[in-house]
Amino acid sequence: MFKTLAGVLQHIGHQVVDGVLRLGYATRFFLYALKMSGESFRRFPLVIREIYFTGVLSLIIILVSALFVGMVLGLQGYNTLQRYGSSEAVGVLVALALVRELGPVVTALLFAGRAGTAITAEIGLMKATEQLSAMEMMAVNPISRVVAPRFWAGVISMPFLAALFSMMGVFGGYLVAVQLIGVDNGAFWSQMQSSVDWSDDIMNGVIKSCVFGVACTIIALFEGYDAPPTAEGVSRATTRTVVISSLAVLGLDFVLTAFMLH
Amino acid sequence: MSTPLKNNIVEIENLSFGYSNRLLHQDISMRFPAGKVVAIMGGSGSGKTTLLRLIGGQLKPQSGCVKVDGKVVHEQDGDGIYLMRRKMGMLFQFGALFTDLSVFDNVAFPMRENTNLPEVIIRDLVLLKLNAVGLRGARDLMPAELSGGMARRVALARAVALDPQIIMYDEPFAGLDPISMGIIANLIRRLNDALGATSIVVTHDVHEAFLFVDYVYFVSAGKVVAEGSPQELSQSAMPFVHQFVHGEADGPVPFHYAAPDYAQDMLGAGRV
Repeated sequence: MFKTLAGVLQHIGHQVVDGVLRLGYATRFFLYALKMSGESFRRFPLVIREIYFTGVLSLIIILVSALFVGMVLGLQGYNTLQRYGSSEAVGVLVALALVRELGPVVTALLFAGRAGTAITAEIGLMKATEQLSAMEMMAVNPISRVVAPRFWAGVISMPFLAALFSMMGVFGGYLVAVQLIGVDNGAFWSQMQSSVDWSDDIMNGVIKSCVFGVACTIIALFEGYDAPPTAEGVSRATTRTVVISSLAVLGLDFVLTAFMLH
Repeated sequence: MSTPLKNNIVEIENLSFGYSNRLLHQDISMRFPAGKVVAIMGGSGSGKTTLLRLIGGQLKPQSGCVKVDGKVVHEQDGDGIYLMRRKMGMLFQFGALFTDLSVFDNVAFPMRENTNLPEVIIRDLVLLKLNAVGLRGARDLMPAELSGGMARRVALARAVALDPQIIMYDEPFAGLDPISMGIIANLIRRLNDALGATSIVVTHDVHEAFLFVDYVYFVSAGKVVAEGSPQELSQSAMPFVHQFVHGEADGPVPFHYAAPDYAQDMLGAGRV
């Protein structure tokens, strides 16, 4: 009995210590990537190439998802608001929900699934096929040549993707509420314009998406760089990227929202 | 046993290295003289590749040291290591070509990263290197389109892109057909002599290596068990060398992994 209990405690302790150690490694990795970022800015085409792979190629999934999310918000919002006779406010509901929460959060979750996994798998395979070692032996630091450009590409892409998500979502809401259901066009837009605040709503959304950009990209990079150089190691790392990124985004969203709403 | 080597560009002195509680190398010493092609041979898992990583400064020894051009590798700081690596070229076991770059860009990579040469000169140099390995015509192919032997040759062109003083080869013959093997062996010798470099070849392919190397170290169980020229070692009566050179299944290197007594093991199995 005691033996089993001790075993369980030992296992939990081991997991916690292991987790803290990894967090420490990840933090050092993050700081080192920041330190080695000079090259990324001196040779900006390296970052632009990665923006194409992480940002531009994620556009389709982001925009299509945003359209559907906006359309669903329009339907649900109208359905609830018309009970209180304020169906014109559906524009405000759609815009605030997207700009404050759904834009940054859903974009980050989709980014983790689309671009984060690609980054982890690519770096993990580069490690497994000794490409990173080869780079080191050619006197080229893989952190400054491979990791830092991808990091900045992710950080730069995320706010733009989130902004496009919100924009497309609002358009989806407009299609359903105004074009399909027949809510007044002028009321839809004017109420939205008067209720959405630049700093409280839009800028807070931008801050969130920047924070999520840092978190998702560094998690993807770290998991790839730290992956055991085997097929199983890379596959586990890719799964961990999605799981940890998603949890980190949702947890950070709560913390940031709490601060933003005082 | 053999004539002492002089004018060494790489020296390994009393080096010990291991992972966690297993010591991979114990008190190993080796010399690599300038201009020569030296092979390090030994069975799989004898830590040959690790030796190359120690020379390249990717690992730190537990005791002893590796000296490159008289400087102790593990005492160099980050910049010092990178400066040292610019004198080295390394061919990895399966080439380690960058899969997102074409053959041309792979060979150009070290030049673009480590020099300020204009693109016109880089183009000429890359074509020169690719011509030396016979793949000038394959410059626009991607690594996925190359055969194993071709990939190894491109990697070789990339390893010598900056005319290194020291070229290290990690199992250059692994998984190659006899024609490709001969081509690679010939290239290693020719490039070494043309560049006036020193080559360190890690391999277990005795017959291929004995044809073109100048000196051989045999490593087993973390120690240098024999050294000498290929001629000396071919005639060696040492049991390990004999087993290795003639490819015998059993000998000083046992066929069986350490296990309890066979009879006991079989009888004990039913009682578990």
